[in-house]
Amino acid sequence: MRHAFITAGRVLGQLRNDHRTVGLLLVVPLVLMGLMAWIFNDTPLVFDRIGPALLGVFPLVVMFIVTSVSTLRERMSGTLERLLTTPQSKGAFMAGYALAFGAVALVQAVFATTFAVYVCGLDIVGALWLLVLVAVADAVLGTALGLLASGFARTEFQAVQFMPAFILPQFLLCGLLVPRDKLPDGLTQLSDFLPLSYAVDAMNTLATTADGTSDVLIDLAILLAFSLVSLALGALTLRRRTE
Amino acid sequence: MISPAPRHLVEDAAIAVTDLRVIRGKRVVLPDLSVHVPRGQVTGLLGPSGSGKSTLIRAIVGVQRVESGTITVLGLPAGTPELRHRVSYLTQAPSVYDDLSVGATVAYFGRIAGRSKADAADAIERVGLTDHTDALCRNLSGGELSRASLAVALVSKPEVLVLDEPTVGLDPVLRRSLWSMFHDLANEGATLLVSSHVMDEASRCDRLVLLREGEVLADDTPAGLLEQTGTPDAEAAFLALIDEKDAAVKAANAAGRAGR
Repeated sequence: MRHAFITAGRVLGQLRNDHRTVGLLLVVPLVLMGLMAWIFNDTPLVFDRIGPALLGVFPLVVMFIVTSVSTLRERMSGTLERLLTTPQSKGAFMAGYALAFGAVALVQAVFATTFAVYVCGLDIVGALWLLVLVAVADAVLGTALGLLASGFARTEFQAVQFMPAFILPQFLLCGLLVPRDKLPDGLTQLSDFLPLSYAVDAMNTLATTADGTSDVLIDLAILLAFSLVSLALGALTLRRRTE
Repeated sequence: MISPAPRHLVEDAAIAVTDLRVIRGKRVVLPDLSVHVPRGQVTGLLGPSGSGKSTLIRAIVGVQRVESGTITVLGLPAGTPELRHRVSYLTQAPSVYDDLSVGATVAYFGRIAGRSKADAADAIERVGLTDHTDALCRNLSGGELSRASLAVALVSKPEVLVLDEPTVGLDPVLRRSLWSMFHDLANEGATLLVSSHVMDEASRCDRLVLLREGEVLADDTPAGLLEQTGTPDAEAAFLALIDEKDAAVKAANAAGRAGR
């Protein structure tokens, strides 16, 4: 675990030297949220339904991309091969990334939620802290999926293509476009197996019910389970010996 | 009774490679290689580009998939977790974090190996980059970058250092000082295996392994090699060995044809 914190510190150190990425991580969600609020200016009820779900989707998508690119960079630069000859375990490497981007996600979620509620006038019935917590869980999930996906990418082009391949189908089926129980037969059941569905479910509960805390906690537990499984699979696909 | 191979050499070896066979893609890079690296010395692994140096090095540090054969490092199978505390590896291309400073990069690998900030500063000083401690790696020149990468290999204070072309592209003064640093480390008890495709570095090693097309052409001291081949320098010795081998192969083929 000590190694995981050391690696998390290093990843955050790299981000600190990359101001533009930090800026993009924090500002882009605000811009998109602002745009959404503007689009649905005349129908605030629609914004109240879509807004929270978006707060759940952003961190997952962004962290997925950021993570798969960073791990690919580690692979290309030879630092990964080098790390695999050090006492650090593969699990600690994975956990280090999850910790670092989880911390970034916390800041991102606080920014985005504050902006959505106090500037865009998003109406949330449930607890705000819980909304931030779900956003962080989404980010950790995005990081975990990104680490897993990058295990299958051999080139930058492949890594970039994994975003539409891994994430877009989940986005289409997560209930944002069509509520999950209104999806055609088969797709509803399929969406039960996709992690993003639970992120959006949790956000929807927070948007509409005041006493949904236990439901949200269940969704959170499911998100966490998906993350852990994906990190474990990622550690398995990370091969110490390569051709 | 036939006396066995010098067993003390094999058992005392820091690195013992026996019948190693490695295939990458469809190419047999190392058909059947055996070599021993003695403790406390600087052994040079020399050979042209594509001779299998990096593949052998990667196998020794346990990141190369091998077809067959055994590799023992400090008496343990290559790549076992315990060895990761005791062996360090310099990749051929400098592997550091572009967006971290030299100091932060070396300190990170040091912390993973349980080393202190002072150890990181020491490793940076050994490669002569103290003035660049706070510089981002992406702003370094090629030579500085490879020295930063070397500092990462030093920071864990390993018993065995496996260095893939650490001196390539450096100016002669720096090369001399790095080689003298390698000997300092060996005098302190470390074992070094240093690869190079620059033949004139041969004279700086305690021992030489010449590699060509995945086969060991010679495994000797620099003086012994020159004596054996009757040549003035390593380059000439290398050519003499190749000629000798090619002649032997030709003769064998000719004998085969004549016999048919």
